[in-house]
Amino acid sequence: MQKNIQKEKQSQSTGTTLSPNTSRKAGFFRCFSRCKGWLYLLPAMLFLGFFMVYPLIDVFVYSFEEGYNSASQTYFGTGTYNYSYVLHDPYFLQALKNTFLLVIITVPLSTGIALLISVGLNSIKPLRDFLQTVYFLPYVTNTLAVGLVFMILFKKTAYSDGLVNLLIQWFGGKSVDFISGPYWAKMFVLCFYTIWVVMPFKILILTSALASVNRDYYKAAQVDGTSKFRTFMRITLPMISPMIFYLVITGFIGAFKAYSDAVALFGTDLNAAGMNTIVGYVYDMLYGDSGGYPSYASAAAILLFAIVLTITCINLLISKKNVHY
Amino acid sequence: MKEIAKSNGLQTEIGNQADYDRIGKTARNRRRALDAITYVFLALWAVIVLFPFYWMILTSVKSYGAYNSEYIPKFFTLSPTLQNYVDAFTAVPLGRYFANTILFTLLTTAIMMVVITLAAFAFARLDFRGRNFVFLLFLSLMMIPNELVIITNFVTITNLNMRNTFQGLILPSVTSVFYIYLLKENFEQVPDSMYKAAKVDGTSDMKYLLKVLVPISKPTLITIAILKVIECWNSYVWPRLITDDEAYYLVSNGIQEIRENGFGRENIPAMMAAVVVISVPLIVLFLVFHKKIMAGVSRGGIKG
Amino acid sequence: MKVVLRNLTKKFPSRDKKNKADVIAVNNFDFEIPDGKLIGLLGPSGCGKSTTLNLISGLEKPTEGQVFFGEDDVTGLPPEHRGIGLVFQNYALYPHLTVRQNILFPLENLKGKDKLSKAEMLEKAMEAAKLVQIDELMERKPGELSGGQQQRVAIARALVKRPRVLLLDEPLSNLDARLRLQTREEIKRIQKETGITTIFVTHDQEEAMSISDMIVVMKDGMVQQIGRPQEVYDSPANLFVAKFLGTPPINVFQGQVKGGTLYLDKDPVLEVSGAADGPVCAGVRPEGFLLRKDGTLGCELSGVEVMGRDISVVASNKASMMPTIRAIIGAENLAEISADASQVRFCLKPNKVFLFHPETEERILFEVVK
Repeated sequence: MQKNIQKEKQSQSTGTTLSPNTSRKAGFFRCFSRCKGWLYLLPAMLFLGFFMVYPLIDVFVYSFEEGYNSASQTYFGTGTYNYSYVLHDPYFLQALKNTFLLVIITVPLSTGIALLISVGLNSIKPLRDFLQTVYFLPYVTNTLAVGLVFMILFKKTAYSDGLVNLLIQWFGGKSVDFISGPYWAKMFVLCFYTIWVVMPFKILILTSALASVNRDYYKAAQVDGTSKFRTFMRITLPMISPMIFYLVITGFIGAFKAYSDAVALFGTDLNAAGMNTIVGYVYDMLYGDSGGYPSYASAAAILLFAIVLTITCINLLISKKNVHY
Repeated sequence: MKEIAKSNGLQTEIGNQADYDRIGKTARNRRRALDAITYVFLALWAVIVLFPFYWMILTSVKSYGAYNSEYIPKFFTLSPTLQNYVDAFTAVPLGRYFANTILFTLLTTAIMMVVITLAAFAFARLDFRGRNFVFLLFLSLMMIPNELVIITNFVTITNLNMRNTFQGLILPSVTSVFYIYLLKENFEQVPDSMYKAAKVDGTSDMKYLLKVLVPISKPTLITIAILKVIECWNSYVWPRLITDDEAYYLVSNGIQEIRENGFGRENIPAMMAAVVVISVPLIVLFLVFHKKIMAGVSRGGIKG
Repeated sequence: MKVVLRNLTKKFPSRDKKNKADVIAVNNFDFEIPDGKLIGLLGPSGCGKSTTLNLISGLEKPTEGQVFFGEDDVTGLPPEHRGIGLVFQNYALYPHLTVRQNILFPLENLKGKDKLSKAEMLEKAMEAAKLVQIDELMERKPGELSGGQQQRVAIARALVKRPRVLLLDEPLSNLDARLRLQTREEIKRIQKETGITTIFVTHDQEEAMSISDMIVVMKDGMVQQIGRPQEVYDSPANLFVAKFLGTPPINVFQGQVKGGTLYLDKDPVLEVSGAADGPVCAGVRPEGFLLRKDGTLGCELSGVEVMGRDISVVASNKASMMPTIRAIIGAENLAEISADASQVRFCLKPNKVFLFHPETEERILFEVVK
């Protein structure tokens, strides 16, 4: 440290005694060092410009180009026809309904359960690290691959009712085909799997939020004879409320973009299964058997973005009122 | 005793020794009961998390015949077989999916690390006009969802004839604004004086970056690399759009392909063997680096 | 309410993987804290003073032994039933609640027959706030208060339920030096006004000495000495206590007792009848030196620091266990040291000299021969 300060001083003093000749040289260097910053940024800017900024503008252009043909790259005119087509497409409406249901069910449920689990984890000592590691496992698994496991657990086939149905029968219920049966059953599996997949992140964030609450607050509350419930409601919740709102917001955004979970459970032809999501609709419009319509896809994607933006803004407004500090 | 308490205006419970013992006892019992409920609840969730993994391993070692003859699935098997694993590598090109994914993951991660390190260094240490403005621009890009830009990227890559190539797979995902941001923050924590000292010694910026900043920031760099590896290994949407030639499938697409067309018939044990094989690398990575990964994710990793 | 600790012991399982032996944080404490007094638990960090406080509050359960409040055994009683008030080192004020809500918080927990009406609660909160003189700040949040004000709020919150015993954990360590002086007077005043038995923990001997009615000096989980501050200072039980109390610290010499005389190096410095012959550790308080031309202890002078009222003579001696010795002498004696002097000679005040056993470090008593 001492050395650095001395060096700084030295460099300052030499800086003041530069001859005109060297100062011209320094000027050149200064100019070069300015450009050098851009040089270091160049790769990132190229990639971002090409694969993010340009597409971002382009997607709006696409969404207003009517009758775009991807083979000939021509279009008839501009207008809002793409939007009205998408909004009248029964597949899109189905996808919209599915996505909203998924969001409304999974976000509160997963956040609530994650909160319970985190509180539980925080109150124990033995096994805590072990359980925390176990709970995180779904985060590092391939959504498609594990979805396949869920499918066989829930699926009813000719030769087996599947494990979940077996459990239902044990408890005296009637078996249901969760994968290609009634809508509510399919929605249940989708929600269940989605929650299973998003839990690790929420548990991790909430346990570290809970752990960061100073223990002294709890000791103070305990000495004052505060009941566990009241301590939780009046101290713990307000203290971690910023993190809960963060999770709710990211949860909304993530659930609105649900796609691969559905593919994992119901296969790539989600429209046929009636379980498509908005993102799924976008990709189906772009590619696959029903694909080749980037204009419709763009319109649907922009609609999705608008919905997510609106909901995030509403969330932020609510959180401003309710998050305590 | 009671009188003293009253004269002090004492509000807490005052009683004789027997009362005290009773209060102490109920408090202990209540605590024990609460602990028991907590453990049961936590164990239940652990079972829900672990069971699918158990089931996939179990199913993967059951023989095809045995699996299909179990109307009521068994929770264990007495005659485990590795035949399914052989099938997974021979009947479908799982080995190729695997190799593709490894290549894709390594290349993407490596290129990304270079790109973001350079960019983060520029933002953190170099002084040039417009730096703050560009950084703000970068930050605002963080809010752009992938779904919005993927459409044009798909058209672009198609027009460039890069479908079914590794370039097409890799190039759109070699930058991450979020990681640039994370790394920039980390670089900025290295004291300014160290940079000045290096300058006085005549160290070039590049040398300073490689010899000083990178070694100091190694923990963060490793965390970012691991998170990127996880993301690459699980990527599904982009590869699905950009590849329809099996020779370029990644594991996610491969598993979907196996599910829909593989093995000729509904060979679930073989499918599960494939699932185990593609899940193992990440799980091993996780078990080795679980502290780092969890710390990294809690600093701002978001799935998907 | 007097507080009695009986054979109190707290062991923690060892975190060291090589050494599995339990860590004994509190070792067999057995003493009585009289009613209505201000008591300081004093010791270096890791001596077990905070653990002692936690045992008294009930936040931790003892491994062995009992805690009595008055005549009642409260050992098995959870903290909320003990009737204590606790002030934390970092105050632990709830940041999302206002000062008023913070002080009301303990009252709102009362149930059954103890339940208070809203008006009663507000009245009590106001009373507590007035006591610590923060009644102007009731609507602020802790983040908007200075450290000293936060400290007062924390005390008000601890006092609002009229506890039987008030416990303070390092109450002054988060304050700057000026506030510390002011706040310690404040704590003394509040304690006097309320008459509540108050126990506070500190590592700062000056703090403990200045306001306590009684101090308990601790080291490595063992009580070293209990007594009034001046008593402990004037008559330390062992070398540790002697070294721990007093600024500047005591000077320690390796000495020798021969035929009732204490020798430091070669110099016979003091008649100490009653002390057995043999090597000793001799401690001399800085104020125990008198500057004399014919002094018995000769030292190499290394410097003189003028501090206004006093001067501090820094010197060295072969027998000293520290590189320098420090003597505090009235400023009027400055003239006795000539500018080019390289030697000084001291006489020692017998009541400022303590002898300790060189191995056990226990005090060796001797009679002062006039």
